[in-house]
Amino acid sequence: MANLSKAEWLQLEKKALELRKLCVQTTVWAGSGHFGGGMSVMDLLTVLYHKYLNIKVDDPKWDDRDRFILSKGHAAIAYAPVLCDKGFNDVEMLKSFNLSGSKMGMHLDSNKVVGVDASTGSLGHGPSIAAGTALAARLQNKDFLTYVVTGDGELGEGSCWEGFMTINHYNLSNCIVFIDRNHNMIDGNTEDVMKLEPLADKMTAFGFNTIVVDGNNIGELCDAIDVAIERAKTPQAPTCILMDTKKGAGIKSIEGDYTWHYGAIDDALFEKFNKELDEDYAARVARAEKEGK
Amino acid sequence: MAGGFVYTAVDQTALSTAEIYGKALADIILKDPKVVAITADLAKSTKLGDVLKVCPERVINVGIAEQDMFGVAAGMARAGMIPFLSGFSAFTSMRACDQLHTDICYQNVNAKIIATHSGTSFGQAGSTHHAITDLAITRAMPNLTVIVPADGFETANAVNAAYDNFGPYYIRINRGFDRVLYENQDYGFEVGKAVEICPGTDITVIACGSCVFQAKQAAEFLKNADGLSVRVLNMHTISPIDVEAIQKAISDTRRIITVEDHLVTGGLGSAVAEVMAQYGKGCAFKMLGHKGFAMIGLQEDIMADAGIDANGIIASVREMMNADFEEDDNWDDEV
Repeated sequence: MANLSKAEWLQLEKKALELRKLCVQTTVWAGSGHFGGGMSVMDLLTVLYHKYLNIKVDDPKWDDRDRFILSKGHAAIAYAPVLCDKGFNDVEMLKSFNLSGSKMGMHLDSNKVVGVDASTGSLGHGPSIAAGTALAARLQNKDFLTYVVTGDGELGEGSCWEGFMTINHYNLSNCIVFIDRNHNMIDGNTEDVMKLEPLADKMTAFGFNTIVVDGNNIGELCDAIDVAIERAKTPQAPTCILMDTKKGAGIKSIEGDYTWHYGAIDDALFEKFNKELDEDYAARVARAEKEGK
Repeated sequence: MAGGFVYTAVDQTALSTAEIYGKALADIILKDPKVVAITADLAKSTKLGDVLKVCPERVINVGIAEQDMFGVAAGMARAGMIPFLSGFSAFTSMRACDQLHTDICYQNVNAKIIATHSGTSFGQAGSTHHAITDLAITRAMPNLTVIVPADGFETANAVNAAYDNFGPYYIRINRGFDRVLYENQDYGFEVGKAVEICPGTDITVIACGSCVFQAKQAAEFLKNADGLSVRVLNMHTISPIDVEAIQKAISDTRRIITVEDHLVTGGLGSAVAEVMAQYGKGCAFKMLGHKGFAMIGLQEDIMADAGIDANGIIASVREMMNADFEEDDNWDDEV
């Protein structure tokens, strides 16, 4: 935990809880959403937007900003709350998520929602866009970093692997790849639908310095990102942070349940989920207190 | 205009159309550090030789991965660069169609696609390498400007126009050499505006790409042999289509034949038909192009087989001129 103090860890946990609750609320406003995969990636979104990304809320198109590409674009139900909470867009906008005429659909449009670097939703596009972004940084002698996160089921799209090859071939260590390994896709467990394992070996074979972490443990996540950022300073083999996560992370009763890929939250569930999030938060605080320095 | 780049009639005969693209891009890339060339293992085939000579560090090869090429281009464009992607049009339009749609057009990025080996210009390669659906696909993409240059001069003009104007462009050129249509670059090329190659009042032939030269030959022959006044329009921009020129042709000549090295479904002919149907004035109309997967062979033989060479156009014009499709010349009872 070289760069993450216990105090900062606790702050990030608090922010992650707030954002998870805002995601629950947004799902209620939206009527339904890609809730499970939103929750699994929320810890990454929290640490990127509240610790790592070099961005300016008052200058969202700043040329030298770090870029973030949500290749698993359906996790917009989590990403939109993060962007609104950060100040890029009015939190009130979340009330119109998914609604007719809204600027915010199920997959965010980078030309409509401030702070979004790429319009994703069609799976398997993020790695190549990230490769191009990182290449552009190198060609223009810019230091900004590009972060991209794919889902695990998404890796069935061959284009992901085309992008990975390019990131590796051009030694784009300034492009940091995350995989949200929540083990579930629409039709079930990834290993039942289409085998992905041994995934870490695959990424290593594709030339990545692969780090496997608990992606719902902010401490572990930050450690891995610190390593990736250090490596980004010189062109070399890129880093892949393979995040072992739980679909629906933070809400015990639905964790790991593939049927929560997409769902609706009624009043009873809203109350139950918020209560479970508070319980999960208490456990997370205890972990940070114990493992933090 | 981007300026600077001017090439001559000597270049026209010495360089293939793609080589002219390479020369035009080399000129642009030298002037502007934001411009970058991207290819998918086709740097040689898409004639990036001149660019490699002047600026090898700004030629990015992604290997045989068209989808990746489009994603990389979108990322670069979003990060302030101006990527020129080149690849065979069969694959730029179909293999990477989702990336073209989402990464390039939906995001409306400043990327330029140079689609080579278009139509049946790589005829002997067979249907896998014939691009006869690409205009139907690209014409349907919002934000995308689609240009089919008729020769090398027009290719240079199109490349310069793409560089000068923000937004995604799809420029469809042939493999190898094109017949020379223009005497030089200065004929008033303007994106979205058809060029009148031959004036005429009896019938209008609207063509694009390699078919324009064929239409011009047909018009000259018909003038001498049949005394017909055939207007030939070079509809180099397929999207946005020149509505005004089509409406004028309907009003002036009341007979239109479209000619394209593309399926009759969804391409130039369809674009003209859409304008015509909404204009609401009666007009004899025929679409020349491929009716299905094309034969294997040299492009000139395939074009003859499809009836889109000069002989085919002559036959279709004669057929239409001899057809008694109208009882009188009074427009008022037609609409």
